[in-house]
Amino acid sequence: MGIKKGLKVLVASALSLGLLAGCNASGGSGGSGGGSGKVIKIATQTPLSGGSATLGESIKLGAQLALEENKKKFEDLGYKLQLQPYDDQADPKKGVANAQLIGSDKSILGVVGHLNSGVSIPSSEVYEKYNVPMVSPANTATEVTDRGLKTVNRIVARDDFQGPAGADFAINKLGAKKIFVIQDKTAYGTGLADAFKKAAEDAGAEILGYEGITVGEKDFNGVLTQVLSKKPDLVFFGGLYTEGGQLIRQARDKGIKIPFMGGDGMDSSTLVEIAGDAVENVYYTSVAADASKTDEGKDFSSKYKEKFNKNVESYSAYGYDSMSVLLKGLEAAIEGNDGDLPSREKVAEEIRKIQEFQGVVTKVGFDDKGDNKFAKVYIYKFSEAKYPGVQEGEISK
Amino acid sequence: MLAEILQTLPQVLVDGLALGAIYAVIALGYTMVYGILELINFAHGEIFMTGAFIGVAMLILMTGMGWLAAMPAILALILVLVVTSILTGFMGVGIERMAYRPLRNSPKLITLISAIGVSFLLQDLVRFITEYKRGNYILTGPSMFNEQFAIKFSSISSSFSDAFFKTSTIILIISVVLMMIGLDFFVNKTKWGMAMRAVAQDRETASLMSINVNKVISLTFFIGSALGGATGVLFAVQYGTIDPYIGFILGLKAFTAAVLGGIGNIRGAMAGGIMLGLLEMFAAANLQLLTGGIFGAEYKDVFAFAILIIVLIFKPEGLFGKAVTEKV
Repeated sequence: MGIKKGLKVLVASALSLGLLAGCNASGGSGGSGGGSGKVIKIATQTPLSGGSATLGESIKLGAQLALEENKKKFEDLGYKLQLQPYDDQADPKKGVANAQLIGSDKSILGVVGHLNSGVSIPSSEVYEKYNVPMVSPANTATEVTDRGLKTVNRIVARDDFQGPAGADFAINKLGAKKIFVIQDKTAYGTGLADAFKKAAEDAGAEILGYEGITVGEKDFNGVLTQVLSKKPDLVFFGGLYTEGGQLIRQARDKGIKIPFMGGDGMDSSTLVEIAGDAVENVYYTSVAADASKTDEGKDFSSKYKEKFNKNVESYSAYGYDSMSVLLKGLEAAIEGNDGDLPSREKVAEEIRKIQEFQGVVTKVGFDDKGDNKFAKVYIYKFSEAKYPGVQEGEISK
Repeated sequence: MLAEILQTLPQVLVDGLALGAIYAVIALGYTMVYGILELINFAHGEIFMTGAFIGVAMLILMTGMGWLAAMPAILALILVLVVTSILTGFMGVGIERMAYRPLRNSPKLITLISAIGVSFLLQDLVRFITEYKRGNYILTGPSMFNEQFAIKFSSISSSFSDAFFKTSTIILIISVVLMMIGLDFFVNKTKWGMAMRAVAQDRETASLMSINVNKVISLTFFIGSALGGATGVLFAVQYGTIDPYIGFILGLKAFTAAVLGGIGNIRGAMAGGIMLGLLEMFAAANLQLLTGGIFGAEYKDVFAFAILIIVLIFKPEGLFGKAVTEKV
């Protein structure tokens, strides 16, 4: 009996040790060999599972690449950099729970994330409480920075810039006079659609209808019947690619051949997969630049491909640039503190101070709210069932 | 206002009929099981969803092997429908065997919870397998039957506009009608159908009349699940994209349809499903017009469910149900 019990204890402890070891291994990805001095961790929070996992993972990998390239520099300063990825599952509850963990881990000095504005908004309240600086590679909702939090920054354009940019393109370049607006009732979709609608009305277009659909539904024929009877020149959709793809496909089945337009929520290869050939004559505005347009971008794409054996997604380079900006702020904070470990407040201050930083795809300079002054909106068109679309224009503030 | 409603009416009817047909067949599954066991099989929506995934997986596989190009599309569809309905049929039997039969004499609440458990299990199982195989759980099948048609309602009267639909809509409606006629015939005219009706009326007495009750119940689950699975395939062909969570909302609406028609009543479920589909489509197309822009299309479900509540208040047994006198 005694031996048996002892064996049980042994097995149990061995198992739990294994578990702990597993945690370490998954926690500090890229935490290779020795290194000197204190550990500084940078967290990423993006969806790594579920429907948006492709985009979430691309942000994480981009950030990881930037972190590893900067490792050497920080080792010279006496610090060991580590990436701590979290999975927010595109779920606000999960995001906040992770944010609590991040806040209580004193060695984490910054966060790159999130993908979804809806997750970012509640999570950043927690970051603010713990003074953890955040740089977002993808959030476009105006509320993210409008709350005036001193830790929250983003490097992409806002919805109240993206919507009007789309409206301007639709009216002046596509000649749309009568527009039908559909949105998916989420914080993102409604915000974008409202911004578009207002700008279009100001520019003299007529809004024939403003309708909502429900996320998760598959049949949008009712709304499309209205589109059919009102005969607009263009349909604008504020929402994500899953519903967008279905909407476009069902519209084409009804013989609605007019151009569709959407925001960066449509910027995904899955849209093409869902809509198939119906995706022709669809325009979308995106806050993400096509990395293959510039030499730096091409360099980045090949590095990324070589390291992870994956093609870049729209936000890979933004993950990279967000991490670079964050590390630049961190570096300045360390230097300003005579080489000692700076406080989180100090890092947040230094990040906000950055005014001229050239990243791979975007130049970064934060205003007093944390928005990027150099953010641009890009307009793409699908002329065949192939992702990404062809870039039609770019608009800067 | 009336003129505008009339204008879109043909299109609303066509789309509503297609959606309603889907609700109707799924509602059959709920109503059959309820009629026999007085159990609401909440896993039925997930059987429908699993059917959709099996069907699309087969279609993708057949495209990959070049079969789909080699044989007429309709033949391929029939093949997929048959295989899928047999698979989901056995799945339904298995679910009954493992999750419901051991609990048959427990309080009804227990089996209800077990049904909800099965439905979550199936959702995540399908999600896991799809994500594992494809890296993404949203699945898009090969596009089939995309030829478009227009019925020239405008030539009848200028107050109507034309209705547009594609071949798959016709195939969907025809298949559903065939399934419903087949089931109706089976239940009302065959020996096994009579046994089913007998078990539905009184399980104990039926067993005394040398009816194998367990066999009849298994058969009911098989037929209901097979119909559900086949509808899943038709749904996937019609709407193109599926995900593991389509069963929940569709199942809930089909259940509503069954209640609307009188739960336990097969013809009632068919009528209830088609009515709900038409109602929903009508609401989506006209709510904004009817309420002067206060409510938009996103409130279509509220509209449909409000009508359900009204029906239930004034005719609790459903539109086609008979008031049941409590067994003494």
